[in-house]
Amino acid sequence: MNRIDRLFNEKKGEILSVYITAGYPGLNDTPAIVRALQEYGADMVEIGIPFSDPLADGPVIQQSSQVALGNGMTLKLLFSQLAEIRNNIHIPLVLMGYLNPVLQMGMETFLENCSETGMDGVIIPDLPPDVYEAEYRDHFKKHGIHLSLLITPHATADRINRIARLSGGFLYMVADASTTGAKASIGLHQIEYFKRIEKMNLPVPGLIGFGISSHETFTTACKHARGAIIGSAFIKTLGEEGSLEEKIGAFIRSIRTG
Amino acid sequence: MNFEVDQRGFYGDFGGAYIPEMLYPNIRELEDNYLKIIESDQFRDEFGQLLRDYAGRPTPLFRAGRLSEHYGTHIYLKREDLNHTGAHKINNTIGQILLARHLGKERIIAETGAGQHGVATATVCALSGMHCIVYMGALDVERQAPNVKKMKMLGAEVVPVHSGNKTLKDATNEAIRDWINHPVDTHYIIGSVVGPHPYPDMVTRFQSVISKEIKVQLAEKTGRHYPDYLVACVGGGSNAAGAYYHFLNDERVKLISVEAAGMGVNSGLTAATSLLGSTGIIHGSKTLLLQDGDGQIKEPYSLSAGLDYPGVGPLHAWLAQSGRATVFAVTDEEALQAALMCARKEGIIPALETAHALAVLDKLKFGQDDTVVVNLSGRGDKDMETYIDKLGF
Ligand SMILES: Cc1ncc(COP(=O)(O)O)c(C=O)c1O
Repeated sequence: MNRIDRLFNEKKGEILSVYITAGYPGLNDTPAIVRALQEYGADMVEIGIPFSDPLADGPVIQQSSQVALGNGMTLKLLFSQLAEIRNNIHIPLVLMGYLNPVLQMGMETFLENCSETGMDGVIIPDLPPDVYEAEYRDHFKKHGIHLSLLITPHATADRINRIARLSGGFLYMVADASTTGAKASIGLHQIEYFKRIEKMNLPVPGLIGFGISSHETFTTACKHARGAIIGSAFIKTLGEEGSLEEKIGAFIRSIRTG
Repeated sequence: MNFEVDQRGFYGDFGGAYIPEMLYPNIRELEDNYLKIIESDQFRDEFGQLLRDYAGRPTPLFRAGRLSEHYGTHIYLKREDLNHTGAHKINNTIGQILLARHLGKERIIAETGAGQHGVATATVCALSGMHCIVYMGALDVERQAPNVKKMKMLGAEVVPVHSGNKTLKDATNEAIRDWINHPVDTHYIIGSVVGPHPYPDMVTRFQSVISKEIKVQLAEKTGRHYPDYLVACVGGGSNAAGAYYHFLNDERVKLISVEAAGMGVNSGLTAATSLLGSTGIIHGSKTLLLQDGDGQIKEPYSLSAGLDYPGVGPLHAWLAQSGRATVFAVTDEEALQAALMCARKEGIIPALETAHALAVLDKLKFGQDDTVVVNLSGRGDKDMETYIDKLGF
């Protein structure tokens, strides 16, 4: 069974997924960061493939991507770093990246690499749902890899239903009309949107991401979805002084218990 | 062959709307409305009137006698340089500001490289009393100080972009990010025939007034409504798309697209996108672009800031791939010499971008009875510092 499905079968709430940029802060840090995240209690890790032009990202992830590319990170190198990852990692792993680097590798080769390295899912923000359905869905199914699609507050109910039907593993609920980046609080208009989605009883579980940064925002998100995704706030922590282990331990504790 | 955009927003293999879901409502609203609005009588009246009374259209088609003599053929210059603000860019910004108003938008954003599109956008925003924010790479803000001041005088807010390489590509990323964060009240006036569908088609339609006029003016001057050669420079490709539009299906017209070779096509410092590029996704469009083997987008180089874009509009990728257009690349040096020749022979100082189109005249063999139209996309005022520096006046 795909590890994402197993996670959602076994754990009903408070699912914490953490986004990292591959090759950041150091070129070879990624496997160690994933291990530490698992050890301190993250339920899932999204490994970001750095891209020169990350359209949907705010300053923190832009900067980490630029550092990672400067360090020499490439998609090929990332797969070679992930070759042994399943020796000691049992939580679900998701690759997140923009379409262009994936297309340059070739979708089929990319998915073969995903399945050889034990990835469970993929998120490609600029792959439109209709293109996915028409051109790539069969490839994903063949390799047993989930594609999680995004929904936003401005989408109509029809579109949300359609995206949820296409989405594998979980649905990525973008918390607000925004690029990625930590926000201090969750507004009332966002809560209304979360409630609207809850009532729709969609066929896949949802995780809320974008702007989740703290114990407060994480707990609020978890009231309305199965869990939440933290990106920029964690990347910011990784960029600070101190040992990776300690920073990661302290960060996860601060999210879980405040 | 078909050169109109199809239902899905494609020209052959190129185009589409590869956008994050956060942009879907914005793009969907445009896609659902742009044709309805721009084909309405009211819009046509407003657009036609502003092009005439504000931009100064129709722009003349001028028979360049001394250049014709030099090249032993008949050369005509389509004088887009005589438009208000000095280039074809205003055709598009007038169209888009009217569209924005019809859509009920209150806030306008734009990207700019050299500042020409930024100035053209700031201009129409002043004209319509709209709030205008222009994203510009921090490096370009330094390199193009006079245009930055113009935008400010026109009331626009200029936001320097410090991400990436701090140039046009990054300014475009930042404008798109702004639009993601302001999905309801904001219209994004993109500056060329690039970006997600429907932008390439919409901007092409606004620029198509260029070829509409060429047809009429050529018939008046030569008794024939089409040229043998139609020459234009291509950055993103908007002046070329406008000059080609009404001739796309007329195979008698040879379309000559000129890209910036920078220091040379194989020098590594170049913007020869369709010659060197491969298929990929940039700013929401599947097109030819400069990228490395890992799919990272490369920074282009040209002395001319308006040709310094790593991609090309999807229509041009299709024109190049299908062989409908022939693509040439012209170096910085060749463009500078062509600018000098145009100044000395015709008394017209062209924009450095336009000078690339003029330089290709040296690379083609014309018959003495051929009619050659060069789209003179802009004037050289903005490039005087470069000309003074490089040509040593
Ligand atoms: C005078 C002039 N010509 C050409 C261009 C290139 O743009 P496009 O290829 O969209 O016409 C520019 C861009 O700034 C310009 O200012």
